[in-house]
Amino acid sequence: MYNTTYHRASSADDAAKLAGSASEAKFVAGGQTLIPAMKTRLAAPENLIDLRHAGMSGISLDGDMLTIGATTTHAEVAGSDTVRKACPGLASLASHIGDPHVRHMGTIGGSISNNDPAADYPSAMLALGATIVTNQREIAADDFFTGLFETALEDGELVTAIKVPACAASGYAKFPNPASRYAMTGVFVARGSNGVRVAVTGAGSDGVFRWTEAEQALSSSFSADAVSGLKADASGLMSDIHASADYRANLVAVMTARAVRAIA
Amino acid sequence: MGMEGIGARVARKEDKRFITGAGRYTDDMSVPGMKYAAFVRSPHAHAKITSIDSSAAEGMPGVIGVLTGKQLKADGIGNLICGWMIHSKDGTPMKMGAWEPMATSTVRYVGDAVAIVVAETRGQARDAAEAVNVEYEELPAVITAVDALKPGAPQIHPEAEGNLIYDWEIGDESAADKAIAEAAHVTEIEILNNRLSPNPMEPRATLGVYDKAEDHYTCWTTSQNPHVARLVMSAFYNVAPENKLRVIAPDVGGGFGAKIYIYPEEIICLWASKRTGVPVKWTADRTEAFMTDAHGRDHVSKVKMAFDKDNRITGLKVETLANLGAYMSLFSSSVPTYLYATLLSGQYDIAAIHCNVKTAYSNTVPVDAYRGAGRPEATYLLERTVETAARELGVDPAELRRINFIREFPHQTPVIMNYDTGDFEATLNAAMEAIDYKGFEARKAESAKNGKLRGIGMSCYIEACGIAPSAAVGSLGAGVGLWESAEVRVNAVGTIEVLTGSHSHGQGHETTFAQLVNERLGVPLDSVSIVHGDTDKVQMGMGTYGSRSGAVGMSAIVKALDKVENKAKKIAAHLLEADEGDIVIENGELKVAGTDKSVPWFQMALAAYTAHNLPEGMEPGLKETAFYDPTNFTFPGGCYIAEVEVDPETGKTEVLRFVAADDFGNIINPMIVEGQVHGGLTQGIGQALLEGVVYDESGQLLTASYQDYCMPRADDVPSYEVSHHITPCPGNPLGIKGCGEAGAIGSPPAIINAITNAIGNNNVTMPATPQKVWSAINAG
Repeated sequence: MYNTTYHRASSADDAAKLAGSASEAKFVAGGQTLIPAMKTRLAAPENLIDLRHAGMSGISLDGDMLTIGATTTHAEVAGSDTVRKACPGLASLASHIGDPHVRHMGTIGGSISNNDPAADYPSAMLALGATIVTNQREIAADDFFTGLFETALEDGELVTAIKVPACAASGYAKFPNPASRYAMTGVFVARGSNGVRVAVTGAGSDGVFRWTEAEQALSSSFSADAVSGLKADASGLMSDIHASADYRANLVAVMTARAVRAIA
Repeated sequence: MGMEGIGARVARKEDKRFITGAGRYTDDMSVPGMKYAAFVRSPHAHAKITSIDSSAAEGMPGVIGVLTGKQLKADGIGNLICGWMIHSKDGTPMKMGAWEPMATSTVRYVGDAVAIVVAETRGQARDAAEAVNVEYEELPAVITAVDALKPGAPQIHPEAEGNLIYDWEIGDESAADKAIAEAAHVTEIEILNNRLSPNPMEPRATLGVYDKAEDHYTCWTTSQNPHVARLVMSAFYNVAPENKLRVIAPDVGGGFGAKIYIYPEEIICLWASKRTGVPVKWTADRTEAFMTDAHGRDHVSKVKMAFDKDNRITGLKVETLANLGAYMSLFSSSVPTYLYATLLSGQYDIAAIHCNVKTAYSNTVPVDAYRGAGRPEATYLLERTVETAARELGVDPAELRRINFIREFPHQTPVIMNYDTGDFEATLNAAMEAIDYKGFEARKAESAKNGKLRGIGMSCYIEACGIAPSAAVGSLGAGVGLWESAEVRVNAVGTIEVLTGSHSHGQGHETTFAQLVNERLGVPLDSVSIVHGDTDKVQMGMGTYGSRSGAVGMSAIVKALDKVENKAKKIAAHLLEADEGDIVIENGELKVAGTDKSVPWFQMALAAYTAHNLPEGMEPGLKETAFYDPTNFTFPGGCYIAEVEVDPETGKTEVLRFVAADDFGNIINPMIVEGQVHGGLTQGIGQALLEGVVYDESGQLLTASYQDYCMPRADDVPSYEVSHHITPCPGNPLGIKGCGEAGAIGSPPAIINAITNAIGNNNVTMPATPQKVWSAINAG
């Protein structure tokens, strides 16, 4: 690891101020991506701004709107009765991220800000029609994830919370990469006030995406059978040493059906 | 059997320190003034070094020195060598290219060392290593043995034209050809054995200390054989004469073969300690381990197996291409030859066998022995071929094996090995019964109801351990003898130290070896200490690999114990005024048989050291040394059966059950043996389902971390069902065959046979990843 200077932010504003004054600064929350990257010398921020003490943790339900603070850990989301009732698919997804160590350190804000194409949370945000709250504005999930490790976040802008409409009919099915156990393909299906939305992570060449054909099929008949005949288009999917685009296309269909079954 | 003697399930003495984090590994060692090393490594698979500019690095904070291969060479340090001479079938010796500890003109794989930086801290050393400016002129690279041997492939070493190291054969080609020509059926198959990274939990590390006043070197290192390390560094690399070089391999966190060899880093750190005047420590990180630890396997073979009309195997012909990587590692040449092709008869009576092996250089890290070393390659090849033949012939795979089993011993195979004993039918029957072979079809139907494809697969393996009779391996090209040594030191109060040339890096020697002493002399385990891993403490020994520590290492201890017992009885007889032949050792006492006259063990020991009252002419003290040279290999064997379920939608395989019926000969500690089997099976299942090194076409290592190299985890394997079926080995005093590698040797074909049985397509290669299995299912 290269030397770095650690700063502890006391609030989101404080974090933004620190980021504005420090050169080569990075926000860190659970550090489950950034710290390993620093240890292997693949990332070298001069300044590290810790968000864990900025008062951005917690889960609340206001009417039909679930709000999850950015530094809420995966374990907290997975173990929350509120999330389990309001959005069971989201709790299930969180319970399968990484391993217990990762789930007790990693945070929802960190995951979506990093937007790893194989991370689990982006699919839930997209499928649930979440709103990403930052220190500057609110961004619809549809506009937030812009490419591989790319988001709509501007310099110095940080995610403070996620707002998710409650969705009882939500489910997630993941086929993990055997080595890393990130999603080789993960599909989140939600049927709620926004209609049926199907979002796929781990497979797309440009990161998380919505599978509109499956959404249409499931809108007319919400059952695993409705998608069993569908085949995802492999042309926009990733190929790597673990899985070809064709194989991922198969997994997209299979995991979609399994996510639907998880809801039933 | 006593509570602590042979056959007792004694908890491992060493586990307290390992489990509580109190083990002492090389990286835990610290000496005054110690500094840290980082290596500058080639980012290219094949390139000429045009210049090395270390001026910027030398000026960085904390930097003590930046040293290169030219300086190392100028100081007379020699090149690394392969210690096993193989001759091609035309009689010419193998073509060994130069392996400089640090490359001076050409780099040949990603990770090849180019320079060393010594600095005050690990971080400073790494920072400075990044600042060393090496200019390269890239050369075309070649990655696989198949490609390396093609005409026009990039030439890697001037010494080996066309990258061919040797073109070797064993057996009778015309007899094998004749059997194939006259066969009622010939099964043909191509077999790929995937390249693996050994991944011991502890990465390699070394601490080199030069003492200027004494002109003496100390090398702490992660070695399976510190004496061999000293011998080679002294005799071949000119680091220092043996009497001025102490090698210590303290606690070592797993070896699996990868820590047999001498690597450049040990040599360079010792030399750098002299050059810089400070002790120099280096510890690999995990990516460095993936890049530079010797890999295993990497064979491509074509097989023809001939059957007569009664389904008896009449002949076997094999052509193998083996990838040895960029340089010939210490024992690399023996692995795809004498450790591989000599096992191609398996458990079967085959009259005619021929095997041709061509080995190639490639722009990849060197390949050498990895748990099983050659024997897994032979077993996988044979057991997949036999299984394939059974399907082609319409015979039950168990029956086809049964009718071809060797049933009389000793049995001379056509490929050197002389099997001393075994009972292949017993282990086959035991495994079939344990898995309920007959009930498989019903279980398959049950899986089908759940949309799953269930498969069953078996593997009847034999391997050669107890490496090895020195004269025999010498005649086959080995540069060393493969005996073992032991010294049994009885202290004045009767406690005992056993100094062994074996080395424990996870095997539990501190317990097992003490159990042997307890069995023989009745001394409690707590009063027996096993000393190993330090050339200043222990007499010359050959170390631990090839499942040899029980069969060879303990045999040496038996010989030393015989001498100790002999002298102890003489002393006791003198003290008790009895005849030496009447003395027996029981419950910690030396007794006159049939009387109540006895002398406690400790009193006899005290008498030996006070020397007040010893037999006329006897030397004082009680300490004996023995060297044991085995008379033959030992032949562990057994039958493994796997039952798997494949999800046809994703191609994912779940191993539902795994039954192992092994014959390891006599067993000292069944719990430790079972642990060895569990570990071996897990590595074998890892090879079959998960693990595989991937280089891209330019020679970049794509599987350089656990994000991409898939090690087996607890939830990838079932709870194993292990049983033992013993035919004692007649070749050594304890009747031991060895158990360290069997699991890794026997299990991969059982898994793949089960998968191909489940999906009805034989075209599956290791690792059988979900994608590959799904593709095979959908290929029809």
